[in-house]
Amino acid sequence: MPHAIAELLYLVAAVCFIIGIKQLSSPATAVNGNRISAVGMLLAIVVTLLDRSIVSYGVIFAGLVVGTALGLWMARAVRMTAMPQMVALLNGLGGGASLLVGGAEFLKSALLGAPLAIDTAVTIQLSLLIGAVTFTGSLVAYAKLQELISGRPIVFPGLKSVNAVLLLAIIALGAWQVIHPGSVTWPLYAVAALSLILGVLVVMPIGGADMPVVISLLNSYSGLAAAMTGFVIRNDVLIISGALVGSSGIILSQIMCKAMNRSLANVLFGAFGSAGGVVAGRSSEGLTARQVSAEDAAIQLAYARLVIVVPGYGLAVAQAQHLVRELADLIEKRGGEVKYAIHPVAGRMPGHMNVLLAEANVPYDKLYDMEQVNGEFERADVALVVGANDVVNPAARTDPASPIYGMPILNADHAKSVIVLKRGMGSGFAGIENDLFYNPRTAMLFGDAKASLTTLVSEIKNVS
Amino acid sequence: MLDTLILGIVIFTLATFLGVALINRVPPTLHTPLMSGANAVSGITVVGAIIVAGAGNGWISVVLGFVAVVFAMINVVGGYAVTDRMLQMFKRKPEAR
Repeated sequence: MPHAIAELLYLVAAVCFIIGIKQLSSPATAVNGNRISAVGMLLAIVVTLLDRSIVSYGVIFAGLVVGTALGLWMARAVRMTAMPQMVALLNGLGGGASLLVGGAEFLKSALLGAPLAIDTAVTIQLSLLIGAVTFTGSLVAYAKLQELISGRPIVFPGLKSVNAVLLLAIIALGAWQVIHPGSVTWPLYAVAALSLILGVLVVMPIGGADMPVVISLLNSYSGLAAAMTGFVIRNDVLIISGALVGSSGIILSQIMCKAMNRSLANVLFGAFGSAGGVVAGRSSEGLTARQVSAEDAAIQLAYARLVIVVPGYGLAVAQAQHLVRELADLIEKRGGEVKYAIHPVAGRMPGHMNVLLAEANVPYDKLYDMEQVNGEFERADVALVVGANDVVNPAARTDPASPIYGMPILNADHAKSVIVLKRGMGSGFAGIENDLFYNPRTAMLFGDAKASLTTLVSEIKNVS
Repeated sequence: MLDTLILGIVIFTLATFLGVALINRVPPTLHTPLMSGANAVSGITVVGAIIVAGAGNGWISVVLGFVAVVFAMINVVGGYAVTDRMLQMFKRKPEAR
């Protein structure tokens, strides 16, 4: 295939990716958009197979088949609650591929004795660094989310200095390699090894609650890694796709940070939650939370005209999203209206809670963002808080001493009454007391979310 | 040589702005599929992996290339397939009621 035609077909592939993302602007067109994007990818692969000076196809096809089989198996087997781990793992594999391609390109030039052009040499080093950090960083994020290792921040004294020294060493070795483009290859392996270690150390100190930001950021890195590989092999479709993914990850990281009222730097270096909740705001001493029986809660819900459900990650942990939908159906059958108020950090990654509820057949037009729904709480007869805590803590609005002060929250406390389903009086991720639980209009229904919801469902059926 | 580098930087910059414009229009409810779908797109590294694996530049390149093809392909296929699975769940809602 002539080079010019191949280039134009690569451009078509890039356009497919762009259309794919564009069609994600509405749930109605999104499925189609994703498929257009996939067709673009297939086109890019086919063009590559036909165009380049490829001498052996056996290894390539073996790789394509193995990768396809594993990818399909993962996509089928994964549970929706485990989606953050899945995305972390996929990010990591993308970064790993960039690392390997960068390394192989360098070794090729060393083998052929053809010194690299300076720009290629530089982008190879960047490809190694970003690819390796994405690879191991994502694997650590995966292990934390999968609870293979503790989700708590793992910090040791001097960690930041170690990271700074590592980064400087990588830059120095990379620069040396660029200036001396000979047949010496050990600095290449050193850069790769140190970058792999750096990836581990960068994600280790970040706590489980901050994973939405980390996954978004690693997503961005995997895009950057692809773009760097594009510079190395001089292929525009890689550069375009990498830039698209890079900007997507950055935007999502920003949205997540804003939702937690924290800066990116604070998330990456702050080790939030490691302080053991020493800085808790007001103490709860002398305050008592009012408990409610499932029967009474069911009666309240049965006669409510508007119920706003506030789901938190506790709901997903308890796998109770289907029961919430069942409860909502019963309320709607009685003439009430049910809306779902979704905080941006309700799940473990951006939009995670929406996926979990969609899986439970909740129509997406009943899912409301924070901005859309916050004005409606005043009209709501009941705010039903299921497994959420910090995202409904009014201290974020009222108590400047609270660590979450300034974080945008769902105004559940504005509802005429609040029912909180909760395991016990424990504090949330931020380790802070929640004033909402002591509000006179709030009633607590203690117990496992799944058990409580099951009782509510059967009780509401008994309400005549 | 420098020209292609500059051109690459121009393309990268423009594509970044395009990405920002497009992604700001994606509603929060679709942010997870957006991430997994974008993830699949970043698997475009498979193009580089194929070139490396097939160029026949010694066994190290072939091994690195093979592993890179497998990694990138899991990224591509897993990403698109799981995105499709999620988007189907969003799609089937309106007519179900």
